[in-house]
Amino acid sequence: MSLEIIEIILRSIYVSGTATLLSAVWSLPLGLTIGVKNFYGKRFVKGVFNAFLGMPTVVLGLVLFLLIRHAGPFGFLNLMFTPLAIIVGQAVLITPIMVSFITSAVESIDSDIRDLAKTLGATEIQASLAVLKEATGGTLLAFIASFNRAIAEMGIAYMVGGSIPGFTMVLTTAIALQRDMANIELGLTLAAILLSIVFAINLTLNLIQKRKP
Amino acid sequence: MEKTETFIAALILAAVVSVAGIIVSIKVTAKERLRISTTTSLYDSGLLEAIRNQYETKRSISIQIISRGTGLAVKLAQGGDADMILVHAPSKEFFFLKQGYGVCRKIIAYNFFAIVGPETDPAEIRELTPLEALAKIVEAGRNGQAKWVSRGDESGTHIKEKVLWEAAGFIWENLRSEISWYREASKGMGGALILASERSAYTLTDMGTYLSHSKAGLIALDVLVSEGEELLNVYSVIAVNQTRHPHTNFNGAIDFIKFLVSDEGQQLIGDYGKDDYGQPLFYPAVKLLQENNDPVTDSIKEYAFFNGTECPAEYRGDYLELYG
Repeated sequence: MSLEIIEIILRSIYVSGTATLLSAVWSLPLGLTIGVKNFYGKRFVKGVFNAFLGMPTVVLGLVLFLLIRHAGPFGFLNLMFTPLAIIVGQAVLITPIMVSFITSAVESIDSDIRDLAKTLGATEIQASLAVLKEATGGTLLAFIASFNRAIAEMGIAYMVGGSIPGFTMVLTTAIALQRDMANIELGLTLAAILLSIVFAINLTLNLIQKRKP
Repeated sequence: MEKTETFIAALILAAVVSVAGIIVSIKVTAKERLRISTTTSLYDSGLLEAIRNQYETKRSISIQIISRGTGLAVKLAQGGDADMILVHAPSKEFFFLKQGYGVCRKIIAYNFFAIVGPETDPAEIRELTPLEALAKIVEAGRNGQAKWVSRGDESGTHIKEKVLWEAAGFIWENLRSEISWYREASKGMGGALILASERSAYTLTDMGTYLSHSKAGLIALDVLVSEGEELLNVYSVIAVNQTRHPHTNFNGAIDFIKFLVSDEGQQLIGDYGKDDYGQPLFYPAVKLLQENNDPVTDSIKEYAFFNGTECPAEYRGDYLELYG
């Protein structure tokens, strides 16, 4: 395998992995809050996140393109055609997945735990963390499903990443490019690698689900 | 599920991600970058990768190639999202200069488009002149005997196609509505070729993309018309004007242009593809335009010069040495 291919694989993992971690920064508190709190319009909020589960990546890619291009409102950030642009885009893309998964994981935990923690003198945040701790399996599931969606998407990587060789080219855009360059063998190799990554992750996901009590 | 196992899994994920990130970013950080938005035919043929590899070995710069159709390539540069363009549509290039977006245009290479189609050649265009061939295709198309696939994406090839229809006496907007035989692919050249092959249709293509797809067995199309100055295809490079977009890497763009027009760069262009296809895919243009002793020179001047020059004096900036 050439160095270039290894680089593309590593870049894909890095970009989508970072996007997953970045998304967690806001998705974890969001999912947790929606899960444990009862508030007016809760069903509506959950419905919105569920609706965006199927967000077409090209649509998000186009919106982001318009926002971060040099002439756009966020042009001063110089994000266009950088790995960071893909990371931010994918982080936004997977937010609904992460929030929905975490919300259901938290909801499946008995609410007694929170009440118990509070009775024992825990603050609101400490009590929520106790719930999250019980929902670790579901949370991990959220991370894996999110990473899976991110690494397999192409619209954002193409539109705001630009698929620049040696800089922002990831597995999905590389596969498309190999078709355009008539390198079918290399395209198939890359496709096999992407499939292996996605399958391996799905397998882990299934194992976790199975072991969940 | 065991908490420790989850913790270890999360730790492994984080570790893998950060190690991958460090390896990937070490190569590009702190390096100056030059963003080139370009036509797909130059990139897909592999020429630009070959140029990038040779250029980067000697300099501490990261060449970033954004490969789209000429139309989008020009738009990206107008918006300040690229440092230079490498395209093949003289009308768009002139507009780009005139509007003040670009400076220092240099013609670097040329080749010829070809009309390709099914081996059976239902419109009987083999060996005809380009304009005769197009007239025959329209006739056969209207009779339901032939089909045409257009790029339909404002790429350089698409712009050329529109010019050819006009030269052959047709109004492109009208042909476009004759959907029984005229189909727009709205894809890159490779995609349009595959569509033409699947539909047994004719199409206009650059030779590089045609040869690579033909060799890979992706298409079953023959080159039917490839002679005639109407099919001339000229590639130029233009730096984005720094007074318009101060944040662009203008010095990097000029240095890259100098490389492309140097003997080394021109030889690289002229030799590319000889090993794989037994013929060059592009012909270097710089010497040809200087020496002025080849009939194709006149064709290039007529087709791709503005006011008798490849770059009118007011768009040359302070880089007169580029123009000999």
